Amino acid sequence: MRFNRMDPLHRTDPIYATAFIIPTLAVIGFIAFWPLGQTFYNSLFKFALMYPQSKVFVGLSNYGKLFQDSRFLNDLWNTVRFTVWSVGIETVFGLLVALMLNKKFKLRGLVRAAVLIPWAIPTVVSSQMWRWMYNDNYGIVNNLLLSLHIIKTPIVWLGFPSTAMPAIISVDIWKTTPFMILLILAGLQMIPEELYEAARIDGANVWQRFWSITFPMIRPTLGIALIFRTLDAMRVFDVVYVMTKGAANTETLSVYNQWTLFTRGFIAPYFGYGSAMSVMIFIFISVFAFFYVKMMKIKLD
Amino acid sequence: MRYKRTKKVLFYIGVAVVLTYFLFPFYWAVVSSIRIPSELFSPHQSLIPLKIQFESYVQVFTQRPFAQNILNSTIVAGAATLLCLVIGSLAGYAIARLKFAGKLLVMLFILSVSMFPQVSILGALFQILRSAKLINTYPGLIIPYIALTIPLTVWTLQNFFRDMPKELEEAAYMDGSGKFSTFLRIVLPLSAPGLVATGLLTFIFSWNEFLFALSFEQLPNMYTVPVAIAMFTGYYVVPWGQIMAASVIVTAPLVILVLIFQNKIIAGMTAGSVKG
Repeated sequence: MRFNRMDPLHRTDPIYATAFIIPTLAVIGFIAFWPLGQTFYNSLFKFALMYPQSKVFVGLSNYGKLFQDSRFLNDLWNTVRFTVWSVGIETVFGLLVALMLNKKFKLRGLVRAAVLIPWAIPTVVSSQMWRWMYNDNYGIVNNLLLSLHIIKTPIVWLGFPSTAMPAIISVDIWKTTPFMILLILAGLQMIPEELYEAARIDGANVWQRFWSITFPMIRPTLGIALIFRTLDAMRVFDVVYVMTKGAANTETLSVYNQWTLFTRGFIAPYFGYGSAMSVMIFIFISVFAFFYVKMMKIKLD
Repeated sequence: MRYKRTKKVLFYIGVAVVLTYFLFPFYWAVVSSIRIPSELFSPHQSLIPLKIQFESYVQVFTQRPFAQNILNSTIVAGAATLLCLVIGSLAGYAIARLKFAGKLLVMLFILSVSMFPQVSILGALFQILRSAKLINTYPGLIIPYIALTIPLTVWTLQNFFRDMPKELEEAAYMDGSGKFSTFLRIVLPLSAPGLVATGLLTFIFSWNEFLFALSFEQLPNMYTVPVAIAMFTGYYVVPWGQIMAASVIVTAPLVILVLIFQNKIIAGMTAGSVKG
């Protein structure tokens, strides 16, 4: 309150600020924090979604059961696999395309728009498009590979663990590399051209210029893009649900959790167990989010 | 000279590969949506269809409530975007320009929601919405979407307000204009580009969201577009022609949006990450 007396312009600020911020806090309080608290509360009970009156308090035993649930552990591993592969490939591929788009050339505007479109469409739609292309009988992927004599018989891409997960990852790469490209491109465009000219005069080659100028300059952007994507990949649901519904060992944590809550936990007493799983997913992601907050230096005032 | 030319050719080959990679699935969806069934369900499909028909587009609207689904998505995404901008611009302005204690804490509190995995509040949110009788209603999706999109909205808008020259607002205060009327009459009109950029992102997010829509809207007449397209099934075969037609229908407006507002969307996308 000290500054008020010195600065008459800001005397009423705290009152207005409270009024301006309350709607936002109310919405996220009711829709995010309250349900989060209730999820934790639910996780301490054994009950079905339809029969909340027959709740049995079970303490933390749902959490103990989680780590004996081989399906949960397997899905955790699937989620990690999915995240590492898709985010890894997206980063490298995104960086390459961003470097390409950073050059001035004809059609650059067109390429930039073309790249934005996969990002803008619903994941459900992109998954359906690719599910059709991966179709074992009529899909273009098999059609192409057969006519090029790379394979002899059609492959049931989404039917086997060895091909289904890579197929799903490929759809995610197609859909979200654009995000990487555009973020990295924005970072690249902030590098002053003089730096490159100076390096060129010093006789640095392309490779040296990349590692001594480009990479250090875009590292903050790259870091934030990576964390955004990692958090997103860890909660992947849409693409898996549409492509396989979790069949062929592609089930991820979110898919298992949604099924446990709404299909299994609807009339069978698994809603509390599903809530414990939700809390665990929250904890996993919070660990990563912690790094995110540390990297994103929030500037205020 | 020759070396330079080879390099240029290679570069353009790279451009062509990238373009094809990102655009081919759309081309294939369009082509598949207009093929006649005997060509569509054949292992050897030509790159360009030999005969075309638009039956799939008719079926999408006559055999399914797809027009209703589009209307649902438009209402839900439109309302969520407008309300999010109203609520979020107030909070963003307070954080950017007003002086008050605990600002950092408030900002962290709001931003932390953007990291919430949706699935971890799914079950409890369903219970809450059910007890408020909001399952299978528009507000049952609109309100959650506001909560999900408000962190990024507040963050990008406060960045935007911060970059605006302070002098105009200060002059208005000196003339005796109140904080709220200054915000309404001076700040909001000036920040129209920022509002458009943020609004586009909110709209695209709400239009595309699947997990909540799948769980909270359980009647086919209340499905949003993504849920409807995910649930397309036929009695004997998967109606691929219809699925592709529906995909093309909902992609077209987004393509137009992207082409018109390319720079705005990219500005909104990158605002929170490059500047912060």
